[in-house]
Amino acid sequence: MGNKTPLFQCHVDAGAKIVDFGGWDMPLHYGSQLEEHHVVRNSAGAFDVSHMTVVDVGGADAKIFLQALLANDVARLKEEGKALYSAMLNDEGGVVDDLITYYLGPDRYRVVVNASTRDKDLAWINAQASAFNVEVEERSNLAMIAVQGPTARELAADILDPAWREAALALRPFFGLEAGDWFIARTGYTGEDGWEIMLPSEEAAEFWENCSRAGIQPIGLGARDTLRLEAGMNLYGSDMDESVSPLEAGMGWTIAWEPEDRKFVGRTALETMRENSQRQKFAGLLLEGKGVLRDHMRVVVEGRADGEITSGGFSPTLQRSVAMARLPAGDYDSAKVDVRGRFLDVRVVKLPFVRNGKTKIEL
Amino acid sequence: MSELPGDLKFTKEHEWLRQEEDGTVTIGITDHAQSALGDLVYVELPEVGQEVEAGGEMAVVESVKAASDVYAPIAGEVVAVNEELADDPEKINGDAYGDGWIVRMRPSNDDAETLTPDEYQEFLDELEE
Repeated sequence: MGNKTPLFQCHVDAGAKIVDFGGWDMPLHYGSQLEEHHVVRNSAGAFDVSHMTVVDVGGADAKIFLQALLANDVARLKEEGKALYSAMLNDEGGVVDDLITYYLGPDRYRVVVNASTRDKDLAWINAQASAFNVEVEERSNLAMIAVQGPTARELAADILDPAWREAALALRPFFGLEAGDWFIARTGYTGEDGWEIMLPSEEAAEFWENCSRAGIQPIGLGARDTLRLEAGMNLYGSDMDESVSPLEAGMGWTIAWEPEDRKFVGRTALETMRENSQRQKFAGLLLEGKGVLRDHMRVVVEGRADGEITSGGFSPTLQRSVAMARLPAGDYDSAKVDVRGRFLDVRVVKLPFVRNGKTKIEL
Repeated sequence: MSELPGDLKFTKEHEWLRQEEDGTVTIGITDHAQSALGDLVYVELPEVGQEVEAGGEMAVVESVKAASDVYAPIAGEVVAVNEELADDPEKINGDAYGDGWIVRMRPSNDDAETLTPDEYQEFLDELEE
């Protein structure tokens, strides 16, 4: 028996197939993972992501603390509500977790980290915080529901408190809004437009049912994984972990090297790695023929060291198998993958595969 | 879960077999198997004419979650494969005991160890516990 979100009974009542996900009993799908995937690409779906860990960081040192903790620089957050994606590194430059930080207001930030890494993240954050004048508070009283898809915002706007409707609809991408004790952010993990909504646990079931009534269908974690894979978004534990630097996980763009005197955890190690021209790269793979690429399959590039698939699967939008992979350095556009002893041709492509309902690579 | 069709035999590897009038045997995976796998996205079929050993790999079904081998419950020659699965592997999810059949074989002997519907249901019930 794992942890349960405030929506657990809703999932059971809806006939969800429940699986363990990082210690949480979560819905894998409500019937068909493929159909749920298409619902999010074509209309609107709702995800229970209440298992994710919300941490508020406040106090006089909040900004300089997060500047030291994160590889991206919260000084970039100049407007209230703005969100920043970042890695949190260890001293060796490995990824402790990836997270989103929202700037709530002067000396106030909200950080959302992964569920499966909750305990070590809180321990790490608290250990780093000891040298600063900050309060770190886990907000375990908040549930989180993501509504995603091309029609998700307009459908969800009608079931929000009318007082927040217009402000919510006016949110620009990667901005959030404190709406009473709710928080509405135009962020997500699907490659589609939508909101991630944090709300008091006791109000979650009612909002979830209202989503269904408004035509926003429940979507399980299975489709969440294929959606994020198509969108080229990393999954912690698959695409990167503490042994992998963000430079080798396609997260180089999230490292704020400037200003040079900002000393964040892992910076020294990263600077050394940055000089290494032979470090592995991160890219997408498209299987040319039939079959399915899976996590950990070996990628063979002629005349070079082997690479490895970090996330692989079937893309319902492309109707082809795709993967994200860590690959040997160099310029090449094809490789082979060892699919249970058969070496199948793949094309090496730039991520993402799909964004806002549109295929971004040539098939 | 729905009633098991009474005219089928089953295996503990969650395959079903149907004895056809012409002496061949049609084989697929059970409704329990497709449900556990989730939506199927690819099926790797054997060649027609291929001889397979009992217990040997006969096909691979790949779902959104994972790849699973389908083992031949009997020895014999593959006389037909369900070509429609190449474009529409979800037929197995939709109709595991009908349109979702996988291969038809001509058995080389009668030594198959199979379960009756009641025995398979009992086996499933034990798995649930």
